[in-house]
Amino acid sequence: MEAFRTFTAVAAPYYFPDVDTDKIIPHHFLRKPLSAGYRNFLFYNERYTPEGEVKPFILHQAPYDKAGILVAGSNFGCGSTREGAVYALADFGFRAVIAPSFSDIFQSNCLQNGLLPVVLAENVVALLARQVEQQSGAVVTIDLPEQLVTAPDGRQHTFSIDASRKAQLLQGLDDIGITLTEARAIDDFERDYHRRLPWLRMAN
Amino acid sequence: MSTAKTLFEKIFELHTIRTRGGGEALLYVDCNVVHEGPFYAFDGLQQEGRSIRRPAQTVAFADHYVPTLNREQGIAAIADPEARAMVENLERNAQRTGIIHFGMDHPLQGIMHVVAPELGFVQPGMVVTGSDSHIATNGAFGAFGFGVGASQVKHILATQTVWFPKPKVMRITVDGALRAGVCAKDVILAIIEKIGISGGNGHVIEYAGSAIQGLTMEGRMTLCNMSIEAGARAGMVAPDDKTIAYLRGLPYAPKGNAWDEAVRFWQSLPSDSGARFDQEDSLDGQAVAPMVTWGTCQDEASPVTGKVPDPRSIEDPARRSRAEQALEYMRLAPGTAISDIAIDRVFIGSCTNARLEDLREAARIARGRKAVVPAIIVPGSQSVKRAAESEGLHEVFLSAGFEWRAPGCSMCTGSNGDRVPAGERCASTSNRNFEGRQGRGSLTHLVSPAMAAAAAITGRLADVRDFI
Repeated sequence: MEAFRTFTAVAAPYYFPDVDTDKIIPHHFLRKPLSAGYRNFLFYNERYTPEGEVKPFILHQAPYDKAGILVAGSNFGCGSTREGAVYALADFGFRAVIAPSFSDIFQSNCLQNGLLPVVLAENVVALLARQVEQQSGAVVTIDLPEQLVTAPDGRQHTFSIDASRKAQLLQGLDDIGITLTEARAIDDFERDYHRRLPWLRMAN
Repeated sequence: MSTAKTLFEKIFELHTIRTRGGGEALLYVDCNVVHEGPFYAFDGLQQEGRSIRRPAQTVAFADHYVPTLNREQGIAAIADPEARAMVENLERNAQRTGIIHFGMDHPLQGIMHVVAPELGFVQPGMVVTGSDSHIATNGAFGAFGFGVGASQVKHILATQTVWFPKPKVMRITVDGALRAGVCAKDVILAIIEKIGISGGNGHVIEYAGSAIQGLTMEGRMTLCNMSIEAGARAGMVAPDDKTIAYLRGLPYAPKGNAWDEAVRFWQSLPSDSGARFDQEDSLDGQAVAPMVTWGTCQDEASPVTGKVPDPRSIEDPARRSRAEQALEYMRLAPGTAISDIAIDRVFIGSCTNARLEDLREAARIARGRKAVVPAIIVPGSQSVKRAAESEGLHEVFLSAGFEWRAPGCSMCTGSNGDRVPAGERCASTSNRNFEGRQGRGSLTHLVSPAMAAAAAITGRLADVRDFI
């Protein structure tokens, strides 16, 4: 996982509430290998006609076609657990999504892939969305160590993030390596647990 | 200070190995359930040279990509090579790693959230994870079941644990007897309509009250299944005598002395009186009517006796603009009576509503009548299919002009090719009415199995109560 420190990029407005992961990537692309380039499937039904022709869509227009930050609406990423939604955003070049709120599973999937979910107040996100729409090419900076978002108008907004998640993102570490350093604790727990509640151990 | 605990807190504490900054707990996972989807997880483990810690605690099901027709042909029945590879990859990964596998030709095959409970893999007090948001179904047993993405599936396979930020707990109490023609599906749609599709974000929901106690285990599974559609990570119902009776004798349920010990443990799990919930809500069970979704989110729902709303009457600006878009996509005019909406086809199936009880309810309406639009019945598992056939339900459906198919996820996601053609309107017993969910341009109305059967015989979103 690529480490995340400070990131400056063109931000694309996609400020709609309750965008579900079926919309971010339709199910029939989830059978594709990652090598197929999941960026090609991102928001597919909004970007392409059923015949595969390009539709007018924000991410087809310069400079948003090179966007690295998505400014989204509340409850972004609701619905299916499909991590393909995060793969598609990351493969397109997004390193962060700013929204008033995220669905729990989507947020968790983001953190597993170094895609930073940034929660800011609804009115701040609305303002950001307006600014990046009106000033085409406007850039937004996200400073993870300082937990600061710098808007195109120069105003700064702080965001919060769990300390352990922040440390992991800063170092680009994934969970498994960290958890396996706890192998002894897991062994001990498991032994005690199965002694106390033997029927919870599925037939091995 | 009170030490009274909720059902959820008891399970969370029991499974916590350790905690870290930000309130995340490393939880022990009792049972992990996967489908064809998280191939990325198996590929990743292989690339990283990691092994699976407890293969016997992961159960795999071929369900999303299996066809519902021509199953006697085996794998050859899957025409799309990429879909076929999904089913084959899961089988290969299972053989390689030793996880338990129910492939497409297995006599117990079916939808993961139907088969795992019916075989007794899921028991009260367990932490159950899976590669699918509808793993929440298992909360019906008083287990904590939640869906995770492929990276966390990989983590669980490697460590038998998962990091989980401690959620808040919301209790929703539904008292009062449900009226005839009203079932668990209507209750959960009414709840989602009330609290909104993000109303449960950051929470686990415990469903309580006499109407919930009155539900069968199948009904409780339908209820908990759609908790995710309210944004909740999980839904739960306290284990009771029905739970215990359901589990008794199932292949993977405890036996002998272990059974007695297990039952004592299960009986200790319900929330203590005086336990504190972070949020409380309630619903009058007697007031729930058969529900229908009219939009593209599950909170865009109405009693069948209602009308398609005028978005201008919706106060919340976000929900208003969403409703405007939804009505345009759904090709519906404000003020249209729900029961006047004509439909093109019917799907009865999915992890929400494809259990024996669901098929019985649909058959009660279909019996002696004729479907006027194409309608397919997709049982949730081979066991459900056999049980329904031994009761003659398939004959009821077939003589009413419904198709009787083989088990799988089918038209809920359309990933096996069972899709709703663009522009067609489907009355569906599944769980998601999102744009394009059942196929690009598909128009979905979520309903109960009985309502779906009533839609099939009338060609519109008819009130099932006119047929009972």
